[in-house]
Amino acid sequence: MNFDFSDDQKALRNQSRRFLETACSMQRLRRILDNNEATYDRELWKSIAEQGWLGACIREEHGGLGLSHLELCVLSEELGRVLAPIPFASTVYLFAEALMLAGSEDQKLSYLPRIARGDLIGAVAGDDWIGSIIPLAQNRRTSFDNVGVTAQDCRLNGIKSAVIDGGIADAGIVLAREQDLLSLFIVNLNAKGVARKKVRTLDPTRDCAQWQFGEVLAERLGRPGQGSKILETVFDKAAVLIAFEQLGGADRCLEMAGLYAADRYAFGKPIGSFQAIKHKLVDVFVKNELARANCYFGAWALNTNAIQLPIAASAARVAASDAFWHASKENIQTHGGIGYTWESDCHLFYRRACLLSTAIASPEIWKERLVSHLEYQAEE
Amino acid sequence: MDFEDSEDEANYRAVVRTWLEANVPNDANGKHRRGVEGSESLRSARSWQARKASAGYACIHWPREWGGPAGTPIQSVIFHQEESKFVTPPNPFHIGLNMSVPTVLAFSDQKTRERFGFSAMNGDEIWCQLFSEPSGGSDLAAARTRVRKTQDGTGDWIINGQKVWTSFAHIADFGLILCRSNTDAPKHNGLTMFWVDLRSQGVEVRPIHEMNGSSTFNEVFFTDVRISDNQRLGPVDGGWKVAVQTLMNERLQSDSSGADWIDVLKMARRLPSIYGKSALQNPAVRQQLAQWYIQSEGLKHTRNRVITALSRGHTPGPENSIMKLVRASQMQDLSHAAIEIMGRFGVVDEAGGPEERSLFQDSLMWAPGLRIAGGTDEILRNIIAERVLRLPRDASHDKS
Ligand SMILES: Cc1cc2nc3c(=O)[nH]c(=O)nc-3n(C[C@H](O)[C@H](O)[C@H](O)COP(=O)(O)OP(=O)(O)OC[C@H]3O[C@@H](n4cnc5c(N)ncnc54)[C@H](O)[C@@H]3O)c2cc1C
Repeated sequence: MNFDFSDDQKALRNQSRRFLETACSMQRLRRILDNNEATYDRELWKSIAEQGWLGACIREEHGGLGLSHLELCVLSEELGRVLAPIPFASTVYLFAEALMLAGSEDQKLSYLPRIARGDLIGAVAGDDWIGSIIPLAQNRRTSFDNVGVTAQDCRLNGIKSAVIDGGIADAGIVLAREQDLLSLFIVNLNAKGVARKKVRTLDPTRDCAQWQFGEVLAERLGRPGQGSKILETVFDKAAVLIAFEQLGGADRCLEMAGLYAADRYAFGKPIGSFQAIKHKLVDVFVKNELARANCYFGAWALNTNAIQLPIAASAARVAASDAFWHASKENIQTHGGIGYTWESDCHLFYRRACLLSTAIASPEIWKERLVSHLEYQAEE
Repeated sequence: MDFEDSEDEANYRAVVRTWLEANVPNDANGKHRRGVEGSESLRSARSWQARKASAGYACIHWPREWGGPAGTPIQSVIFHQEESKFVTPPNPFHIGLNMSVPTVLAFSDQKTRERFGFSAMNGDEIWCQLFSEPSGGSDLAAARTRVRKTQDGTGDWIINGQKVWTSFAHIADFGLILCRSNTDAPKHNGLTMFWVDLRSQGVEVRPIHEMNGSSTFNEVFFTDVRISDNQRLGPVDGGWKVAVQTLMNERLQSDSSGADWIDVLKMARRLPSIYGKSALQNPAVRQQLAQWYIQSEGLKHTRNRVITALSRGHTPGPENSIMKLVRASQMQDLSHAAIEIMGRFGVVDEAGGPEERSLFQDSLMWAPGLRIAGGTDEILRNIIAERVLRLPRDASHDKS
C-alpha cells in the first residue's frame, strides 16, 4: 500500500507553504479585498509563474514542467490554505486542462506556453445558470436553455453572466449552442464585439465578470457537439483540484479556531476546555479527515486517469465542499464577536468556501452525479 | 501514490491467500453476528484460532518473547484483509488478544509469558477486560473495586467489588482487572492492575441481557477473591498507567461488518416509493446515499493512509482516531433510514421480506452499543480534542 504523497511531493508542500506564508499573507489578501480596483495579486501571479506552478502539468514541449497531477494537488492545497487571490483554478484547472484534453497541436502550442509563462489568464464559461450542464451517467441530456450563447459559423452571440476570473482573463473557453449541438469555442476576450462588465460576488478576493458577445469571431475547441462531453471531464479533473483548495482552507480554519480556543479565556478557563467548543472542533476535524481521504482518492484517480474518476471526483467535491463550509462557519462561531468583524480573517474563509462550493456546480448536483454513477456501477 | 503492495507485501499476500483457501473451514457461519452462540460455535472458533496459530497467522506482530511469530504490523493488516474475504467462525478472542493479553505479557516475567502467551494465541484460553464498573465506565480512574494486601505474610491480595459490561466474561478464563488499592491517594494514584483467574473462589459471572436480545456482556462479582502478588501488573498504585497503555493498543483491523451504503442502494432500487417510483429515485434518498458513500469511502481511504504509514515503517498519524466515531453513527442513521424505506415492513421481524432486512435490523440494534463500547462518542471527542487538536484539558477533569 502506497496511498500517500511521496517524500518529494511532501518536500514540495513544505517549500510552497513557506513561500506562500510571506508571498501570500493575509495582509496581501486584504489589499485585494479593500481595493475595489485590484482584481488579483499580480506580483504573486508573476512569482508563481517564475517557479513554474502555472505550467506544472503542462508538458515540457508546451513550455511546462511536465509534472504529474499529484504535484498540482499539493500546490492546490497550499494555495487553498492562503486563499490565494489569483485566477489559478480558472487558468490551470479549467482553461489549460480543456486545451490539453481537446485542443489541436497548434492550439496547444499557441496557448500553453503563454499560460506557463504567466502571460495568459484563462477562464471557462459552461452553463449560464445553476450547474445543470453536468450530464448524468445514464441520463445524458443537457438542457439547452442554460447555455446563454449561440454560435454560427464560429461567430458567437449572447451572454455568460457570471464567469469567475472573467474580468481579468485574456482568453475564454465558451460553451455555445450550435443549432442542436453544444460546442466549445476559444475566444480572445480583447477582440471586437466582446463587452465585459464586473460582477460583484460574496468573495471580493476573486474576480468575476459578465461576458457579452456580439458577432465575436471565435476558434473552435474540439469537434462540434463535443462541448458538454469535454467539459464533463474537465470539470471532473477540476473538481479534484478545487477540492484540494477547499481542504487547505478547511484545515486552516481548524488551526485558527484551535489556536484561538486555547488562548481565549471565559469564566476563568480557556474556552477550548469547554466541551461545547471541543466537540464542535472535533466535528470539524472529522469532516476534514473524511474530505482528505476522499481528496487523496480523487488525486489517485486524476493522476492515473482511472475509470473511477467521475465517482472519485464527485466524492472529493462533495466531501471537501462540506468540510470547508462547516469549518469556516464554526471558525467564526469559535471566535465570538471578534469573528464577526471585517478585521478578523474568519469571514475571508467563509466567503471563499461559498465561492468554491458553487464554482463548478453545487454539491447537490455532484451528489446526484455520484449516485447515478454508483447506481450504474451496482448494476454491472 | 497507488494501492499496490510492495514486493514483500505481495508475496506475503499470495502465501496467505493460498493458505486461507486451503484452510478456512467450510462449515463456518460467523456472518454478521458479534457473539458466540452455543458450544458448537465456540468449538469452531477455537479450532480456527488454533489453526491460524500453528501456521503463524495468529497475533502476527507479537514478538518472539511472547511466543508470537514476530511479523510486522503490515503483515497483520494483510492477513486480516484477506481473512475478511472469507466467512470464518466468530471471534471471541479479539478483546483479549488485542487489549488484555499484550498488557499481561508486557508487564510480567518470562515464566508468566510462557504460561499465558501461547494458550491465549491458540484460543485455548479466553481473556476479558474488567475495567468498567457500575459507578463509572467513562471515568475509569474512579474504579471502586477494592484490593487489599493480606496481613498473613503471603503477600497475597484480596479483591472485593463488582465489574460490569464485561464482554465475553461468561466464556472467559482470565481477565485483566483494574482495582482501587489506595483510597487516600488522588484517584489516578490509587489504582493497581492485576490479572485474575475467573474460576477463582469468590468470582461470579452473571450474563446481562442486551437490548438487541443477545448476551455477550456480563456483570462480574468479586467476593474475597484471593490472588497472589505475582498477578500484579506494574507497581502498586501505578495501575493507571497500565490501563492507559492497554487502551492505547489500538486495533487496526477495524470491524467491517454491518450495513453500509451499498446495501441501502441495492434495496432502494427494488422497493417502491412515492409517485410510483423506486425508493432510489427519491431525491432525498439519493442525497443521503451520497453522504453515506463519502463517509464510507473516507474511512476506507483513511485506513489506507494508516496502512501506508505502517508499510513505510512509520507510526500512523491521528487520523485513525475518527474510525469508530464516524462508523457507529453512520451505521445507526443508515439502518434507520433503510427501515423507514421499507415502511412498516421494516420493523417486521419475521422470515421473508427484503433480503437485506435482517442486516439493517441487526445493525440498527447493535449501533447504540457500538457508540458506547470502547469509549463513548463523547469521550472519543474529548480524547481527539485533547490529544490531536491539543486543546486544553476538560474543565471537568478532576484529579481528586
Ligand atoms: C457492547 C459493549 C461492550 C462492552 N465491553 C466492555 C468490556 O469488555 N470491558 C469493560 O471494561 N467495559 C466494557 N463496556 C463498557 C463501556 O466501556 C462503558 O459502557 C463506557 O465506557 C461508558 O461508561 P458508562 O456505561 O459507565 O457510561 P457513563 O460513563 O456513565 O456515561 C453516560 C453518558 O455520559 C457521557 N459522559 C460521561 N463522561 C463524560 C465526559 N467527561 N464528557 C462528556 N460526556 C460524558 C457518556 O458519553 C455517556 O453518554 C462495554 C460496553 C458496551 C456497550
